[in-house]
Amino acid sequence: MKVHFNYSKKLKLALYFLIIFLTIYINAGDALALLHLTFIPQWRPQAQFAGYYVAYEKGFYKKYGLDIKILTGGPDTPSNEYLKDKKADIATMWLSSAIQMRAHGIRLVNIAQIFQRSSLMLVAWRSKVKTIKDLNGKKVGVWGTIFMIPLKAFIKKFNLKVNIIPQMGSINLFLRGGVDVATAMLYNEYDKIINSGVNPNELTTFLFYKYGFNFPEDGIYVLQSTYQKYPKACCAFVKASIEGWLYAFEHPKEAVDIVMKYMFKAHVPANKVHQTWMLDIIKKSFFYHGIRGIGRLYKKDYYNLAKILKQEGLINTIPSFKDFYKDCYVEK
Amino acid sequence: MLKNRGIAFKLTLLTILSTSLIFSSIFVYSYLFSKKIIHKKIRENAKNLTTAIVNHIDMVLLPLEKVPQGLVCFLEHTSYTQNDLISLLKSIVKNNPDIYGCAIAFAPYKFDKHLLYFSPYCYKSNGKIKLKYIGSDSYRYFYWDWYQLPKELGHCVWTEPYYGKGGGVIMATYAVPFYKIINGKKEFMGVVAADISLKWLQNIVESIKIGKTGYAFLISKDGRFITYPDKRFIMNETIFTVAKEYNRPYLRKIGIEMIHGCCGFVPVYSILTGKKCWLSFAPLSSSGWALGVMFPQKELMADIMSLNAHVVMLGIIGFVLLALVIVFIARSITRPLSALTDVTKDVAKGNLDIKIPYTHLGDEVGKLAQSFDFMRRSLKDYIKDLKETTAAKERIESELNIAAEIQASMLPRTFPPFPERKEFDIYAMMHPAKEVGGDFYDFFFIDENRLCFLIGDVSGKGVPAALFMAIMKYLLKTEALRGVSPNEVLNRVNQTICPDNETCMFATIFLGILDVKKGIVYFANAGHNPPLLCSKNRGVKLIDVSKGFVVGVMDEVIFESQSLTLAPGDILFLYTDGVTEAMNTDGELFSVERLITSLEDILKDTDDVTLIVKKVQDKIKDFVKNASQSDDITMVALKFKGF
Repeated sequence: MKVHFNYSKKLKLALYFLIIFLTIYINAGDALALLHLTFIPQWRPQAQFAGYYVAYEKGFYKKYGLDIKILTGGPDTPSNEYLKDKKADIATMWLSSAIQMRAHGIRLVNIAQIFQRSSLMLVAWRSKVKTIKDLNGKKVGVWGTIFMIPLKAFIKKFNLKVNIIPQMGSINLFLRGGVDVATAMLYNEYDKIINSGVNPNELTTFLFYKYGFNFPEDGIYVLQSTYQKYPKACCAFVKASIEGWLYAFEHPKEAVDIVMKYMFKAHVPANKVHQTWMLDIIKKSFFYHGIRGIGRLYKKDYYNLAKILKQEGLINTIPSFKDFYKDCYVEK
Repeated sequence: MLKNRGIAFKLTLLTILSTSLIFSSIFVYSYLFSKKIIHKKIRENAKNLTTAIVNHIDMVLLPLEKVPQGLVCFLEHTSYTQNDLISLLKSIVKNNPDIYGCAIAFAPYKFDKHLLYFSPYCYKSNGKIKLKYIGSDSYRYFYWDWYQLPKELGHCVWTEPYYGKGGGVIMATYAVPFYKIINGKKEFMGVVAADISLKWLQNIVESIKIGKTGYAFLISKDGRFITYPDKRFIMNETIFTVAKEYNRPYLRKIGIEMIHGCCGFVPVYSILTGKKCWLSFAPLSSSGWALGVMFPQKELMADIMSLNAHVVMLGIIGFVLLALVIVFIARSITRPLSALTDVTKDVAKGNLDIKIPYTHLGDEVGKLAQSFDFMRRSLKDYIKDLKETTAAKERIESELNIAAEIQASMLPRTFPPFPERKEFDIYAMMHPAKEVGGDFYDFFFIDENRLCFLIGDVSGKGVPAALFMAIMKYLLKTEALRGVSPNEVLNRVNQTICPDNETCMFATIFLGILDVKKGIVYFANAGHNPPLLCSKNRGVKLIDVSKGFVVGVMDEVIFESQSLTLAPGDILFLYTDGVTEAMNTDGELFSVERLITSLEDILKDTDDVTLIVKKVQDKIKDFVKNASQSDDITMVALKFKGF
C-alpha cells in the first residue's frame, strides 16, 4: 500500500512538471518569434560600419528582439535605392542624400545620426598646393554628386575656380598625378594614400568641417511607413547598433577582426592597419558632440545642410525637421 | 693579486692571454675580411639575380604592351567600322593567351554623335571569345581608373592590379589613350584597354627560392603585394601597412624607394620568417612595379659561419694543448725551485748537513743549487768557527769577571773601616770602565796615630793595568808600613818598579799620611790630580801640590814631601782623571770646575763622606747621561774630625 501511494504521488508530480514545462515552452516560443528586418549599409564592408557588424556578431540585435539580415552595400547595391524599393527595411546613408530623397517625395525618416562630424576633405600635393588660394586652377578629382555639395559650398566661400574631374572612388588618379587635388574621406582615402607610400608631410589637407561645412554623414534611415508600423523595433535597432558601436570602440581589435571577416567574405581587399585607422577616426566623428550627442541629429546641422542644398537647387523645399527626424536613442 | 701566484700560473696565464689576443685579432680580421668579400659576392649575385628576374618578367610584359599599342596605331591612322573593331578585338584576344580581354572605350559621342557609351569588349569565357558592350548608367567607364588614368596622364598606363571576375585571378589592365587630329588639333578619342591575367607573373615570382627560406615578392605602384608567400598579404596589404602593423619604419622607407623605381640591397628582418635577410629590389621597366628578393643572411653565410666555428674550435683545442705544454715547462722549472725552497727551510732551521738536490744540472737551476750548496758549506764552516770563538770568548769573559772580583777584593770595601776611631771618617769607591780597571786607592794605619791613604791611576786599562795596579798597591803598602815619609815611599816604589818595567807601564799616585792627633797631613804626589780641600771657612779649593813625575818610568826621579794641616771638619777629596774627564754626548768634560761647584752644592746639605762621594757620583751620572764610561772613576773622601 505504501508503495502504491508513493507511486501515484510521483505520477502527479511528473504531471505538474509537464504542465509547467509546456507553459514555459509555449511562452518562450512567442518570445523567440523575433522581428525579421533587413539592413543595408551604403558601402562594402569596412570599419565605417563596424558598429552594425559587431552588434550582429555579439548578438545585440537578438537581445533587442530583432532578427537582422545584413546585406552587402556597394556601387552595385546602392542603399538609398534598396530602401526606396523596399529591398531593405533599414539603411545607412549620408544626411545630404536623405534630405534630397525626402524633398523629392520619398518618405524616409532619420532614426539616428551616427556620424556627427564630417570626414570629407580635400587632399592636395603639397608641392602644388600649400594654401586655399593655391587651389585656383587646379584639377580636382571628385566622386559623384554627393561629394560635390560641400565642395561647391567650399569653392563658393573662398571664391575659387577649379577644374573638376569626376571619377570613381580610386586614389590612383591622384597618386599618379592625373589630378592635383582629390576629395577624400579622412577615415578612408586619406589613409589609403598614406598606405601607398606618400608621407603626410607631402600632402596639404582641407577638412570641410573646419571651414563651417560640417555636414553630418552616415545616419540610419527607415521609410516612414516602416517606422509607423514598427516604431519600437526601429528604435531597438538604433539602440542595439549604438551598443555595437560602443563595444567596437572599447574593443577595437575585436571589432576590426569582425569587420575583416566580412570584408574577406565580400572579396574586398582588407588590412588591419587601415581598418584600425578607420575605426579610430569614426570614433572621433561618433563622439563629436560628446556623450549626449550620440545618435542625435542636431536641428542646426540639419538646416545648415538643407539650406545649402536649396541654394544649390538640389531641393525646392526644406522638409520639416520634425517629420524628418525621429529621436530613438533615449539613453542620454 | 697576480704577484702572489706561482710562476707556472703566471706563465700559463700570460702566455694564454697574449696568444689568445693575437689569435682573436687574426680571427676577427679574417672573419670581417671574409665576411666583407662574401657580402660583396652576395650583393653582386643578388643584383644579377634580381635583374635577371626583372628582365624575364619584362620580356613577357613588354610584348603584351605592344598589342594595344598596335591597335592604337591602327585607330589613329585609319578609318574603321564597328565590325572592323570587333574582328580586331576578337583576333587580339584569341591570339594572345595572356590577354584575358580587350576593349576599345570611346570618349562620349566620339564614335557616334548619338552614343554616350561606345565600348566593345571581347573576352575569353569558357574557352570561347565573347563580345559585350560595356558602358551604361550603372557602369560609367569614363570614371574608372583604366580610362581616366591614360586620359588624364596622356600616356600608356598599367592600372593597379585587381581581382578579375569571380575573384580568383589577379589582373591588371594595360591602357593606351588614342587621339585623332581634327582640324589640326589633337583630340582625345578614347582608350584601348587590355586586361591581362597576372597568374603567370605570380607563378614566376613564387617559383623563386633562395636557399631554404629565401623568397621573392612583387609590389604594385601603390606598394600593394601582387605576389607574396603569405597569400593573405596579396592585394590586401601594402608594404606600408605591413611596415605600420609590424612597427618597422625602415620598411616604409624601403617601400617608398621601391615604388619610386629605385634599386637597392638592404638588410631587413623578414616579416614572413622573422629571419635577418638582405632585400634586393629593382623595378619592372614596363609597369613600374617592383620586385623584391629576400636573401636569408644566415643561410648564405652558413659556409663562412661553419668555417669560423671550426677555426674557433681548433683554436680552443690549440689553447688547451698550449696551456698543457706551458704548464709542463713551467713545472719543470718550478719543481726544483720548490724542492730547493723546502731544503732552504731545513737549512734555515739549522740542518746544514742536508743534501742539496739538482746540483748535477747544468742549467740555471743547477747553478743556483750549486751556489746554494756552496753557501751551505760556507755557513757550516763559519758556524763551526763561531762556536769555537764564542767558547773562547766566554772563557775569557769568565776569567775577567774573576779578575774583577779579585781586584775589587784588593781595595778596602768595608765602611766605616775603623769604626773605633772617632778622629776621622773615610769613604772611597772605584768604578772601573771595563771589567777590571787601572785605578786604585788604599788606606791603612802605619802605627797608632798615622793613617796612610793613597789614590792612583795606572796607565792603560783592562787586565794589564789591573796587574800593574796590584803590584803597585802591594809595593806601596809594603813601603809605607816601613814608616818612612810619603815621598820616600814613592821613591822606593819607583826604584823597585823601574828596572823590570819592560812594558813601560806607569802610574800617577797621590799618597798622604794623616797624623790623626794633630791633623797634619804629609803627602807626596806622583803626577796625580791635585786633591780638593773642603773646609767650612775657606770653601772648596785645590790644594797646592807640586806636580811630581809618574811612578814606574824613570828610576832617578826624586819625589818631594809636602804637608798641610787640617782643621777639624775639613774634608780632603781625592779623585782620578776619570772624574774630571767624564764626557757627555756633546763631548764636554765634567772638569775640575764643575767638580768644585758640585762639591760646594753638596756640602751645603751634608758633610758625610759617604754621601758626598755618592752625590758626586750622581752628579757625574747626570752630566754624562747616556754616554758610555770611558775611564775608571775613583774617589776618596777623608774628613778630619779633630782630637
